[in-house]
Amino acid sequence: MMHNPHLPYRARIVERIQESGTVFTLRLEFLDPEIRASYSFEPGQFNMVYLYGVGEVAISIVSDPKDPSLLDHTIRTVGRVTNGIGQLQAGDTIGLRGPYGRGWPMHEAAGRDVLVITGGLGCAPVVSVINYIAERREQFGKLTILQGVKLPKDLIWRDRFERWIKEPNTEVFLAADKGDPTWPWHIGLVVELFDQMSLSDDTIVMMCGPEGMMRVCIHELLLRRIPENAIYLSMERNMQCALGQCGHCQYGADFVCRDGPVFSYDQIEPLFAHKGF
Amino acid sequence: MTRPLSPQFLPREQLQQFIDTLTDAGHLVYGPQLRDDAIIYAPFKTIAKLPQGIEDHHTPGSYRLNNNGSQRWFDWVSSAQGLKPLLFKPRETLWRATRDATGTVHFKSPENRVEKIAVIGARACDLAALKLQDQHFLSVEHTPDPFYAARRRNLFIIAINCTRAAATCFCVSTGDGPKCDATNNRHAFDIAMTELDNGFIITSGSTQGRQMIEQLTLNSADETQLDQADQREANATLQQRAIPSQNMRDSLFNALDHPQWDEIASRCLSCGNCTAVCPSCFCYSEQTEPTLDGTSSEQLREWDSCFTQGHSYMHGITVRHDTKLRYRQWLTHKFAGWHDQYGRSGCTGCGRCITWCPAGIDIIAELAILNSDNGETDDA
Repeated sequence: MMHNPHLPYRARIVERIQESGTVFTLRLEFLDPEIRASYSFEPGQFNMVYLYGVGEVAISIVSDPKDPSLLDHTIRTVGRVTNGIGQLQAGDTIGLRGPYGRGWPMHEAAGRDVLVITGGLGCAPVVSVINYIAERREQFGKLTILQGVKLPKDLIWRDRFERWIKEPNTEVFLAADKGDPTWPWHIGLVVELFDQMSLSDDTIVMMCGPEGMMRVCIHELLLRRIPENAIYLSMERNMQCALGQCGHCQYGADFVCRDGPVFSYDQIEPLFAHKGF
Repeated sequence: MTRPLSPQFLPREQLQQFIDTLTDAGHLVYGPQLRDDAIIYAPFKTIAKLPQGIEDHHTPGSYRLNNNGSQRWFDWVSSAQGLKPLLFKPRETLWRATRDATGTVHFKSPENRVEKIAVIGARACDLAALKLQDQHFLSVEHTPDPFYAARRRNLFIIAINCTRAAATCFCVSTGDGPKCDATNNRHAFDIAMTELDNGFIITSGSTQGRQMIEQLTLNSADETQLDQADQREANATLQQRAIPSQNMRDSLFNALDHPQWDEIASRCLSCGNCTAVCPSCFCYSEQTEPTLDGTSSEQLREWDSCFTQGHSYMHGITVRHDTKLRYRQWLTHKFAGWHDQYGRSGCTGCGRCITWCPAGIDIIAELAILNSDNGETDDA
């Protein structure tokens, strides 16, 4: 038979890290040394993770592409598959295939200021960007991070944010819908932080989170004369095959799994204003 | 392809010999048959199984057969399904995982034993739709599907030129029929036939088709026979329905807020019949089915429909939670998004979605409304 692109490969859980009550990270390694050696990925791409007898889910890769032998996947327990995967431990084996999709425009971002906006619990795909830039600080201009969460306890990687705040040429703005005594930052919505930022003309924006939040942020960005083609979004849709075949992530003329998940805003602008696509 | 063979004449008494030749060449031969008062494709060996003198009558939400008393086998126009189920199986295994006694999981592709299939009866609209499915499943720059590819390589197609049009047919307006035409790869088939009262005009569309016809040692068709075929084929061009335009990409994307979507949604049952009979619809869902003893689990795919709730479901959110959004997704993909994706509309004018809609929704009527204006009321 021809190559079967649906078939997963075996991967071992090297480490399991509990990030918050419902979020955990699996560090995975392909068992087959040949697969391990030939695998490479870009920030923003994703893998299909398979739990034996239960099913597959699309999970973005959050670790640094410079070491593709260890692949970090940060997962929130929301459904049958992610709940099951959450019960696995280091040493267990799962199925893995990928990487899929188009990632973040790191090449276009080189030398420019970067604004990263994330909201809700959808921060994992852009954390790969923040890590990527933090590791290669001299290749980029100013880094601005806007992160919104519902509740203070939803903020994962708080230690990393606190470290990034202290980095040179970096600004971090955090917001929680509801505050508590542990939250020293803004209480309210991410979009309310826009007036505190200064954006240069040469800013590239990378965004991930609920579509409602992204719509409001795009509106603010366009008011501040950021061009549509300098705004990038990571889209989420039902993904089952990850090959641009099964049709669930059809978005206009694109398959989010193959033509995305990262799109520039001008690519999807005609449909993005309409719910239901 | 080598020089095309001049049109030959296959006497009706030799149809059985033709079927036998296909069988002897190792094909499992599929043809039209009557089942549950519908024309379907199924394997057969003897021409007694074919639906003699059966005409189909289609209107929105209605499909009826009657016997017109003729000896012809192909007086029907549209089978319940096109060629899609022969290549893109309604349900099939993609891979299998097994767990051994040590707990180690192994992944394995299924044994892909593919039968050589010959199908007789395919119409121009279905051949055009086959080309769309080929684009989707065999795209070289992406990932060709090995299951579809293996079946496609082993499919021998005998097309039949329509000699009638159903009331739901509109292939003339989409530019896809009614005549099967191999020039410039417009339609892909091996053999095409036009049925007359006493036999068939038979032509080749591929080298294999030509070789098959040569084995039958037939005579060239004479002028009278060719004239008869032309006249009968001309009947099929008389169609009652037509799409408003072959490219509605801009008009439909400009009509996303049209009030007609609500109007359609008030009638649509969101049952997915239209997508199941559509010869170009390609959506499938994946299922994970473990055995009861837990030693193995199959990963299957099964036809899915953008009319189901699960189609747009992701972690607690259903993107298309109501019928209006689902119908709009289907229609705008088929007639608008498809142009950017595959260079043409995704509809080839077979009319099945009209016939098999239990609510009798007529996409031609709906497209006429949606295409005429963007739904904004004029204040003046």
